[in-house]
This record gives sequence, structure tokens and C-alpha cells, in this order.
Amino acid sequence: MTDDLRYVYAVCRPLAAPLHADLTGVAGEPPRQLAHEGLVAVVSPVPERDFAHEPLRAHLEDLDWLAATARAHQSVVAALTTVTCPLPLRLATVFRDDSGVRAMLEDESERLRRILDRIDGHVEWGVKVWLGDSGDGAGGADGGPEPSAAQPRRVPESGRDYLRRRRAGNAAREESAARAEVFTRRLHGDLARYAADARLHPVQSGPLTEAGSGRNILNSAYLVPRARSEEFLELIGRAEGTLPGLRVEVTGPWAAYSFTDGPDGPEAGGTP
Amino acid sequence: MTTASRLPEPYPQGGSNLADILERVLDKGIVIAGDIRINLLDIELLTIKLRLVVASVERAKEMGIDWWEDDPALSSGARRTALARENEELRRRVEQLERRELAEGGDATGDGERRGGGEQHDGRGERERDR
Repeated sequence: MTDDLRYVYAVCRPLAAPLHADLTGVAGEPPRQLAHEGLVAVVSPVPERDFAHEPLRAHLEDLDWLAATARAHQSVVAALTTVTCPLPLRLATVFRDDSGVRAMLEDESERLRRILDRIDGHVEWGVKVWLGDSGDGAGGADGGPEPSAAQPRRVPESGRDYLRRRRAGNAAREESAARAEVFTRRLHGDLARYAADARLHPVQSGPLTEAGSGRNILNSAYLVPRARSEEFLELIGRAEGTLPGLRVEVTGPWAAYSFTDGPDGPEAGGTP
Repeated sequence: MTTASRLPEPYPQGGSNLADILERVLDKGIVIAGDIRINLLDIELLTIKLRLVVASVERAKEMGIDWWEDDPALSSGARRTALARENEELRRRVEQLERRELAEGGDATGDGERRGGGEQHDGRGERERDR
């Protein structure tokens, strides 16, 4: 154990209760609290053979290792989120020993306390809006603006018919994209007004997003007081389904991952 | 300190989607310099790519997606591809230069004084017109 390094998941105020005994961290070891002058770092020992500089670098390029570590990191942070409002650290923040962690808590004390004060009593909700793609039926099922959907696929058609159908499809797509943008701006505006803070993240794109999700046109995060979370979700629920072809996806409650950069973060405010 | 008493249940699937988790743990969360320092640029590079990951490498490969194998930053195999491409590009440029030289050689015949003078051919063209 003496050769082990210290992996830090999050920093929080002292907890009223100990962490759940069944909780395990990134290397299968249970995380524990390391308190120093009114701040607590949640840490677990990790083996040097995996978390020293070189092996860690190599691991980070291994998608399976990365996925497992990311899930373990998040599961500890999520467990903390049920009992406090932790300030989550970025993946793979590693120290040599406990005294290194204590020194960090001391050096970073002011910044950590400032952010902890800001996120106290809040959780993060993620909201994504997906625009159904044409052709595969995603989103266009309930009579969406997709004329090509009415056309049976297997009937042979002339080149001219094909072009006509394509043009009609393109026009419809442009129109539905424009409507989707209006919807998305309004939704984000409403949610941002309700939330204590909001961040727009880059949209998730590409073939590796969930198959059949369509096109991601909004990917945002909102810092919401715990006590107002239900109303916040109702707000989304009311907007959901008002525009056919759009799907609103909510994730959370997360720890305030997206709000660790201060009130005027690089992505603050704005419109999508 | 607020407790979690009023916290709604997590959304179905909320937080279990790998793309969402990676987005947060790699790209968000406070950055604190630990004792083991990994160049954050590496992680950010991964973030850009891995924002898209669904389940696993296997799943992605089943879907015919293997971009990391062609990405020099993510795979050593890709470095070979990158080298091969660079090689090809260089070969193409050499050919171009050779062709140009041949063409210039043809233009310059009959203009003995100028041969091998090493002027840029734009300049020479102008001089020839001026005469």
C-alpha cells in the first residue's frame, strides 16, 4: 500500500455521515475522506503501475480502460452527490501521497471554497435536444414534416421523380431545422432563466452517438437548486412534445461538473 | 449545507450514457495540478474524439467505426498511414517539380545567355516580353 498513489475524485465540505461502505473507486478500493482545514478530499489508493505518468498516459489512449475509469470516477462523485454538493475533479487527478493531497487543499483553498459556496445546494441537469433524421423514421413518426415518409420505398421511380422527392425532402428538412432552432433557443432561454447558471456545450455528433438519436442540436447544462429541481423538470416536460420530430433528453442529477470555472465561464450565457 | 432530501430520482438512464460521462469527467470538472501530470492537451484531444463513444470499442467496431486507428494521436498504426501519405505527397511534388523543370528547359532553348542564370521564371517571362 505504501507504493500506492492517491486518486482524488472530488472536494467537498465535511460530510455528516461516512461514505457508503460498498462504494468502490477506480482501482476497486473504497474511497475515503481526507480532511484538511475544513475541506475534504475524497480519495482512494491507486497502484503506481497504472497511475504513474507513463502507464497513465498509455491507459488514457485505451478506450476500454478509459470508459471503466470514467464510470468508476463518476460513480463515486454520484454517490457523493446524494449526500452533499461535491466539487468534482477532472479525471485522473493523482497525488503521490496524503500529504500531497493536503498541500493541494491548502494551496487551492480559496478557489475551492469559492466554487463550493457557489454550487452549494445545487445540482446540474443536462439537457439535449435531438432533431430526428429523415428517412430512418426517427422523430418523423408522428406525422412529422417529412413528405418522403409517405412514399413507399420499394417502388421503382424515375430519376426525375427521385430528384423531385429529394428537393421536397431538402426543403422540408430546412423548414424543420429552422423550427427546431426556434424551439431550442426558447427552451434554453426558459431553462437558463430558471437556473442559477447555464452552460452551452458543443453538440454531440458523429456516428458514435446513440444510434437513431438523430442530430444533436442542443447540449446544455443547468445549475439548479435542489429544491427547485422538480419544477425545472416540469418546465422541460411541458416543452417536450410540442414540436414533432424533436426529442428532449434530460440527464442528471449530476454533480456540478460544468460549473467549476467560475460564474463567467468561457461558455457562459449566450444562445445556441 | 443542503441535503439531498428533495432530490428527484435520477432520470431513467440518466448519467449512464458513456458519451455523457466522458464529456463531463474529461472535459468538465475542476482542473487541479496533481503530482502525476498528464498533458491536458492529450486529454482534450481524447475528449473531442470520445465525446462520441457509445458503449465500447467492440461495439464501435461492429458499427464499422474505427477512426482512432487512423488517428496519429491515438494509434501508432496510424503513424504508418500518416507516413505513407506524406511519402506519397512528397513523391507527387517531386514529379511536379521535375515536370516543371522539363518544361522550363524547353522554353529556355535558344536563349543561351539566360540559361542557368537561376532567375525566377516569372521575372524572366517579363523580361522576355519587354525585349
